[in-house]
Amino acid sequence: MGKTDGFLLYNRELPKKFPVEERIRNYKEFYVPIAEDYLHKQSSRCMDCGVPFCQSGCPLGNMIPEFNEAVYKEQWEKAYELLISTNNFPEFTGRICPAPCESACVLGINNLPVAIEEVEKNIIEIAFEKGFAKPIIPQTRTGKKVAVVGSGPAGLASAYQLNQMGHSVVVFERDPEIGGLLRFGIPDFKLDKKIIERRVEWMKQEGIEFKTNVNVGVNYSVEDLDRNFDAVVLALGSTVPRDLMIPNRDAKGVHFAMDFLSQSNKKVSGIPFSEKDINAKGKKVVVIGGGDTGADCIGTSNRQGAEIIYQIYYKPIQPTERDETMPWPTMPMTLHITSSHEEGCERKWSVNSKEFVKDENGNLIGLRLVEAEWTKDADGQWNLYTEKPNSEFVIDCDLAFIALGYTHVEHKGLVEDLDITLDPKGNLIGNDKEFKTNKAKYFSCGDARKGQSLVVWAIAEGRKCANKVDEFLSVDK
Amino acid sequence: MKRARGTSQKSISKNQGLYLPETEFDSCGVGFVANIKGLKSFKIVSDAITMLENMEHRGATGYESNTGDGAGIQIQLPHELLFDEALKYGIDIAEPGQYGVGMLFFPQNNFIRQECKEIIEQSAEKLGLKILGYRPVPVSNIDLGDLAKSVEPVMEMLFVERPFDIETDKDFERRLFVFKNYISHQITSVTSNDPIGFYVASFSCKKLIYKGQLRSVQIRNYFKDLSDPRLRSAFGMVHSRFATNTNPTWSLAQPFRFLAHNGEINTIGGNLNWLKSSEKTFESSNFTAQEMDMILPITKPGQSDSSYLDNMVELLYHSGRSLPHTMMMLIPEAWDGHKQMEDYKKDFYEFHACMMEPWDGPASISFTDGEIIGATLDRNGLRPSRYCVTSDDRVIMASESGALPVDPQKVIKRGRLQPGKMFLVDMKKGEIISDEALKKEICTSRPYRDWLDKMKININELPSPKIRFNKLQSEDIFKYQKAFGYSREDLDVVIKEMAEQGKEPIGSMGFDAPLAVLSEKPQHLSSYFKQLFAQVTNPPIDPIREKLVMSLTTILGGSGNLLEEDKNFAHSIKLDDPILNNEQLEKLRSVDTGKFQSKTIYTYFKTDEKEGTLRKAIDRICRYAIDAVDDGFEVIVLSDRSLDSGHAAIPSLLACSAVHHHLIRKGVRRKIGIVMEVGDVWEVHHFAALLGFGATAINPYLALASIREMFHKNEFGSEIELEKLKNNYRKAVGDGLLKIFSKMGISTLQSYHGAQIFEIIGLNKAVVNTCFTGAISRIDGIGFDEIAKEALTKHFNAFGRKLPQQILEPGGIYQWKPDNEYHQFNPQSVHLLQQATWNDRYDIFKKYSRTVNQLSEKASLLRGLMDFKNDRQSISIDEVEPVENILKRFATGAMSFGSISYEAHSTLAIAMNRIGAKSNTGEGGEDEKRYVLDENGNNLRSAIKQVASGRFGVTARYLAEAEELQIKMAQGAKPGEGGQLPGFKVDEWIGKTRHSTPGVGLISPPPHHDIYSIEDLAQLIFDLKNANRHARISVKLVSKAGVGTIASGVAKAKADHILISGYDGGTGASPLSSTRHTGLPWELGLAETQQTLIKNKLRHRVTLQVDGQVKTGRDIVIATLLGAEEWGISTSALIVEGCILMRKCHLNTCPVGIATQNEELRKKFKGKPEHLVSYFTFLAMEVREIMASLGFKTIDEMVGQSQCLTTKKNVSFWKHKQIDLSPIFFKSETDLPIIKSEDQDHGISDSLSWKMLEASQNAINENQTIEAEFNIKNTDRTIGTILSHEVTKKYGSEGMSKDSLKFKFKGTAGQSFGAFCNKGITMILEGDANDYFGKGLSGANLVVFPNKESVIKAHQNSIIGNVALYGATSGKIFVCGMAGERFAVRNSGAMAVVEGVGDHGCEYMTGGTVLILGGVGRNFGAGMSGGIAYVWDVERSLETNFNPDMADLEEITEKDKSIIKDLINEHLEMTKSELASYLLSDFENNLKHIIKVYPRDYKMAMENKINELK
Repeated sequence: MGKTDGFLLYNRELPKKFPVEERIRNYKEFYVPIAEDYLHKQSSRCMDCGVPFCQSGCPLGNMIPEFNEAVYKEQWEKAYELLISTNNFPEFTGRICPAPCESACVLGINNLPVAIEEVEKNIIEIAFEKGFAKPIIPQTRTGKKVAVVGSGPAGLASAYQLNQMGHSVVVFERDPEIGGLLRFGIPDFKLDKKIIERRVEWMKQEGIEFKTNVNVGVNYSVEDLDRNFDAVVLALGSTVPRDLMIPNRDAKGVHFAMDFLSQSNKKVSGIPFSEKDINAKGKKVVVIGGGDTGADCIGTSNRQGAEIIYQIYYKPIQPTERDETMPWPTMPMTLHITSSHEEGCERKWSVNSKEFVKDENGNLIGLRLVEAEWTKDADGQWNLYTEKPNSEFVIDCDLAFIALGYTHVEHKGLVEDLDITLDPKGNLIGNDKEFKTNKAKYFSCGDARKGQSLVVWAIAEGRKCANKVDEFLSVDK
Repeated sequence: MKRARGTSQKSISKNQGLYLPETEFDSCGVGFVANIKGLKSFKIVSDAITMLENMEHRGATGYESNTGDGAGIQIQLPHELLFDEALKYGIDIAEPGQYGVGMLFFPQNNFIRQECKEIIEQSAEKLGLKILGYRPVPVSNIDLGDLAKSVEPVMEMLFVERPFDIETDKDFERRLFVFKNYISHQITSVTSNDPIGFYVASFSCKKLIYKGQLRSVQIRNYFKDLSDPRLRSAFGMVHSRFATNTNPTWSLAQPFRFLAHNGEINTIGGNLNWLKSSEKTFESSNFTAQEMDMILPITKPGQSDSSYLDNMVELLYHSGRSLPHTMMMLIPEAWDGHKQMEDYKKDFYEFHACMMEPWDGPASISFTDGEIIGATLDRNGLRPSRYCVTSDDRVIMASESGALPVDPQKVIKRGRLQPGKMFLVDMKKGEIISDEALKKEICTSRPYRDWLDKMKININELPSPKIRFNKLQSEDIFKYQKAFGYSREDLDVVIKEMAEQGKEPIGSMGFDAPLAVLSEKPQHLSSYFKQLFAQVTNPPIDPIREKLVMSLTTILGGSGNLLEEDKNFAHSIKLDDPILNNEQLEKLRSVDTGKFQSKTIYTYFKTDEKEGTLRKAIDRICRYAIDAVDDGFEVIVLSDRSLDSGHAAIPSLLACSAVHHHLIRKGVRRKIGIVMEVGDVWEVHHFAALLGFGATAINPYLALASIREMFHKNEFGSEIELEKLKNNYRKAVGDGLLKIFSKMGISTLQSYHGAQIFEIIGLNKAVVNTCFTGAISRIDGIGFDEIAKEALTKHFNAFGRKLPQQILEPGGIYQWKPDNEYHQFNPQSVHLLQQATWNDRYDIFKKYSRTVNQLSEKASLLRGLMDFKNDRQSISIDEVEPVENILKRFATGAMSFGSISYEAHSTLAIAMNRIGAKSNTGEGGEDEKRYVLDENGNNLRSAIKQVASGRFGVTARYLAEAEELQIKMAQGAKPGEGGQLPGFKVDEWIGKTRHSTPGVGLISPPPHHDIYSIEDLAQLIFDLKNANRHARISVKLVSKAGVGTIASGVAKAKADHILISGYDGGTGASPLSSTRHTGLPWELGLAETQQTLIKNKLRHRVTLQVDGQVKTGRDIVIATLLGAEEWGISTSALIVEGCILMRKCHLNTCPVGIATQNEELRKKFKGKPEHLVSYFTFLAMEVREIMASLGFKTIDEMVGQSQCLTTKKNVSFWKHKQIDLSPIFFKSETDLPIIKSEDQDHGISDSLSWKMLEASQNAINENQTIEAEFNIKNTDRTIGTILSHEVTKKYGSEGMSKDSLKFKFKGTAGQSFGAFCNKGITMILEGDANDYFGKGLSGANLVVFPNKESVIKAHQNSIIGNVALYGATSGKIFVCGMAGERFAVRNSGAMAVVEGVGDHGCEYMTGGTVLILGGVGRNFGAGMSGGIAYVWDVERSLETNFNPDMADLEEITEKDKSIIKDLINEHLEMTKSELASYLLSDFENNLKHIIKVYPRDYKMAMENKINELK
């Protein structure tokens, strides 16, 4: 432990953000650089618990107390080694992880948790800056070839690990750039795309081959895949969005959130796109769904210059603090006020979408909503829903983004071609311990296997899957 | 005394279950009466027996009140009686000295007896001895108990004639010795199946022994000879035994042939190994080779440690050394580092240290060869030995003063034996020889210094090594660390802390990771070894405060034939400690003195993963070792440095012990030193295991290299230098080793060396028998191939096919880490338990208990491998007794106010009182406000009041407010160790509750200073019963091999209740290695206790309770089936209060307000009594469910039904498959109840205190005053305490006004005079007193002065015994005369005047004022953190004897002067002390010699207080 009583001396602080007016003018990350003793103080708040709940909160099992101590003592190299021993891409998780570790931090019982994520981000950035983070080029090669299909966080993590184990790895990506959801799902103001490029560059130096614009099963045959590789990791992601099947779904101006976000990302990066332009400039925007994707739509819409933005929630407004239904150390379902919310939007809770309203040209002009009444079930969850009589109303809008999450991996194409068995939810089968699909030498991981989840889970999945692939390849010597 | 390793076949066949005969212990009363001039008389003998009878309370009885543990007497041959009596059998023994007499114990079987006699006949012929005949010993066994009678031997005296060719008595004695051993060896084969066997009690031309399985009071009637006035002797040496077992064993009664021993030889296992390993080299000019053959082996299995010691003495004596010389060899004084000791003495001890290791342990020994008689005390002096010399030439030496009443006018000296000292009466010369004169003569009889100078080599004087290994490079260090299984935790938590701080790391809370044999992670081999520790039968030592007795000196090479004094013994290398740095190792490797050379053997095995590979490698190194011995090498270096992908290191402990035992078996171990050059040794436990299994010295090259590596990586900051770090590390290891030795009560490395003070859990018989021969191992487990597998798992991490990890494994032993070592308390189980109890949700509780019980996948506890086996019909849950009944059986554990916050502590109390269960004060006292209900009607009083070694806040009132008084003998997390409450945790409130000074740290000593043995514990139980006879007395023990026999002793010592704690229980602060590596799980200890108590027919007299990580209803049912009637729960209760296992209790930073005194943090406490009530209710509900399924209606019915348990089948993990738990389930047959069903007879009904109470009843009722007078004798113990209890009940801690109840006594007071006596009581004793005078004094005044008719000079005589004023909180004592050792230990408020004190005066004192008008013994003021002592130091004893670690010597101030003057005046008034009046006659001048002993922190706190007031 760095300091026995740090938590008594210092309060939790997060870096300051630039003012809203400034940040909505561009897509850059918007944190003010931190003060010199910031990390020293914040890391000293870690109590090095006998049972570090933070580590159990973290899907990667990051060595949080240990790296906090190293940071406190300014042992950057040690902190870096500890961090990358469990996490291939701290520069991603340090920015966009909802930090279940912090929810589980013991200080959170009666205080504010340690700023773990901020510490994490700084360790890796300092490591890059000071130059001791270097690509590690494997010294021996096993002669085995592994294909990783999909370059989202799960695919990248498994590629990274397998390469370090000495296997020769090729990553296939159907999009023009590497990164999957990281690249096209998350706006630059949350994750600057240079960060991804920096990492990909490294991985190339370490020996991984990346093939973009290659859609396996379309412009690269399944037979070739099968013939050329000793093992294949399917990290296809969960990309089929959950739809909102209400009347007038076909109104012009109703889009899936991801279509909007990926297009915006392409615009920001100057990547050409062929689809119709979705632009929120001067529009009345409604975002249906209360998750991170919804928030990203708000942030992006504001930057594009939307007139007004609504976000609508099915469930009631969440409490601002933990209550007995969400005891520490579980991830609390408290009200999130993200940076995008700060930038301006109107949030409506306990409303259910009844129908889209369109004009005679089929253009979206409004969304009909009804107020919902919720009561708690025996477990204290908001599960019993009734509609309030005569409470229907319409909000004006000309752009609607459906951000209700994703159902499962895309079945068409590769999955069907390979004849991979699916679980009842439509995810690729592959149990938690083995990551094997029904097809010999084919493995699966990430959202494609687990269903939609956090980036940090995707990395954890990729790592574990890599171990299994390695075991498989080692037996087969 | 205890039985040692290697029991006879007979006892092994009886040994089912967990009971081990070799763990039996006993303690005793011992003494002698002698005529200095050697005048023989019947009276001497009769007096000796009277003395024995008066020490009856030091012996014990078992189930039958008329079967004692053993008693006996040794006298000179009573020629007059024997001559007359022998004649009746036609034996003519006209001349004394011309015949020898054997006292023989024969089997009752006539036929076997005849066979024995035939062997005796033939053997005598062989040795040229003529048998004169046998005389049956007349005995009367009418009073004997059935148990004793069942194996009563036929006793006969055998007379042999002295051959004409033997000139001296000594030579005749030698011949008889050979004869005795020879017949004993041969007869063994004839009597092997006889329950009685054959035994020679004595065989001598000078001495005779009468002894047997008797009570002290039975011996006179049993042996008719002893009442015959013709029986005359110049001395009588007696002994009465208090054994933990009740197995009748006539031959184990004492005295033995040369000695009678009160105490215990802790190192006996090692001593016997060393003896065995050198027997083959024995040669003596006093014996022919053929005779030597007849003598050997010296010992046979199944004896006691005392009898082994006697065997050793016998051998050394007969081979030519004098008896005192022999005793000095075996039980040396603490000489190493003793600055004041004369050089000649040091030379003697140093020389003999080259020859043999001390037989270490508490020992008060009386010895005699028939012409001299004497006594000696071990270096610690933990057994009382008082003597008096009379004007009619008698010397009376005994464990107690007053055991033989003497006319006070005739007493010319009252003294006590001091630690390490000897007292000798030469009856031939007719004089007493002082320790000094005696030792000077012996020590200067040979030129020991010259021999040492010529032959002995100090390692520092050796030339620098010629060749040096290259030091490990950075990448190699990393590789080696992986290969040897270092984790980041090992580096960061263990090694780094040791290097930085020079101390072992401290942690808190219990140990909840799996035992080594259950863990799925590869283990360090030493993790299968649990350290043993001292408990009840002998005390642990405080290695910090009593460092003067400890030593790490080790000697390489040199030893050979013990029987001759040969300067070649000194040809050896001396090391100040056993940890070698790299340079020292290379010096040893290249040493060559012509004779002295070393050989390096590499300890690797092939990594082929084949069966038997490791075993082959071990055989190979053993073969090489023997070759090295044969080639004349003096040192072998076992090195594990030669690693590569094809060769892995043999675990160093295995390599070392295998070679050690192989050399022992070949009889050559003493010829060679074993030096370990090892990578897999870094924490203190690893070092201890190696030393305990034979390593002589250790070079931990990888640990040292790791420190260097960390240093270069800037892990330590810039302030500290590398050399300093390495030295710190070595110091931490050294101090840690001393701590481990001291836990067992062992003082020196030499006697720890090879002593195997461990219990093995989970290695199979092949491994134990080959490599760890004779070590305790009861639960079988893995074998050689599995050990190899674990070693290879680590090896392949470094040299494997896998790509290397960039950093070491995280570890996960001391802290939960994801995907690493399993912990029962992990995020999930903590969360579930809290949610279940905070929301009163039984369904969540069931989830919790399923998680913790781990029934499906894992087993981290022994009970995880158990299954219920239902041999009866299940019943409806409605038939099971209700929850309320079960709740009453719960207790929470001993956690002190101080270690946890007031809020946390009182919440536990409220909850437990609500459900009719019991909470425990812990050792920190209790605020008196908790004795009345609070404003909400809550009862905050803890039902259990703990009495621990620190005695904080243990007052008359505290004791009176208890339903149970718990004597804490040990704590699961750190048995054998003391504790410390750091000053920053002692705030005003805690200081007040503990009767100490705020801001000043408090030390709990490792031992209770009033419990050094089992009879002492009996005394404390008696004291507490006097202090509150309505409370049950509980004794808390920690699970270990032999805890069952200890528990039997405790039951015999009249405890009402015994708590068996598991090793894994919690702690506020403990060295991490202690928490993990000391003690055993409660499953083993509880089962052993149940089995042993039943076997000894004592089970029904005590209630059994268990604690230690009890968490679920299943745990409770298993505990009950194994014998527990009650259950203690602590850690999980704290979790219910909000604890999240920070494991930082020792830092005062508990973020949930539990283990902290920080006011801000205390506000964060969220615990509620309701939550605890929910938890205990859930537990009871779960218990009921299991009871219904097993068909038990009541708990009582279920206790001890261990047939309902079985070892789980179908386990999947490979290590679990090797484990056999059936010894735990063994159920002893008995026709007595196996639950508590009979009250103990505490024997307080005839106490003199009742008469005092009778006399003062009115005065107490009416608040009046009275005065009364009584005679008193040594059997009047704990006088005044019952009376004080009545006063306390009526008047509380305020007591009555001064001198209200005033008593005068005349005579010798027994132990604990005035113990725990409250204010208003004054007791004036004319005469003297025994140990524990004024123990726990709570306000009373005690006065003692010599009998007015006595001629002795009071201030030169010992007038009270040891450990006076221990734990006193208030009151005054005036002692006109000297006190014994450990005066005013842990005094926290009493005031005392005394005229001289022994060693360790005012140790751990925290308050009060002590004025010493005379000298002080060694180590004065050690650990003294408070209070003031004034010493009139005309003898200038402080200069050398003061321990300056915590206090300073200062000049007295004006204010001090007036305090001192008042005290002396009062002393004069109360005692009429001559010394006091002398001092007052010229006060100002005498004052110049008074020095003030002022504890540093206390002084600061006092000065701060004064400043604050200003």
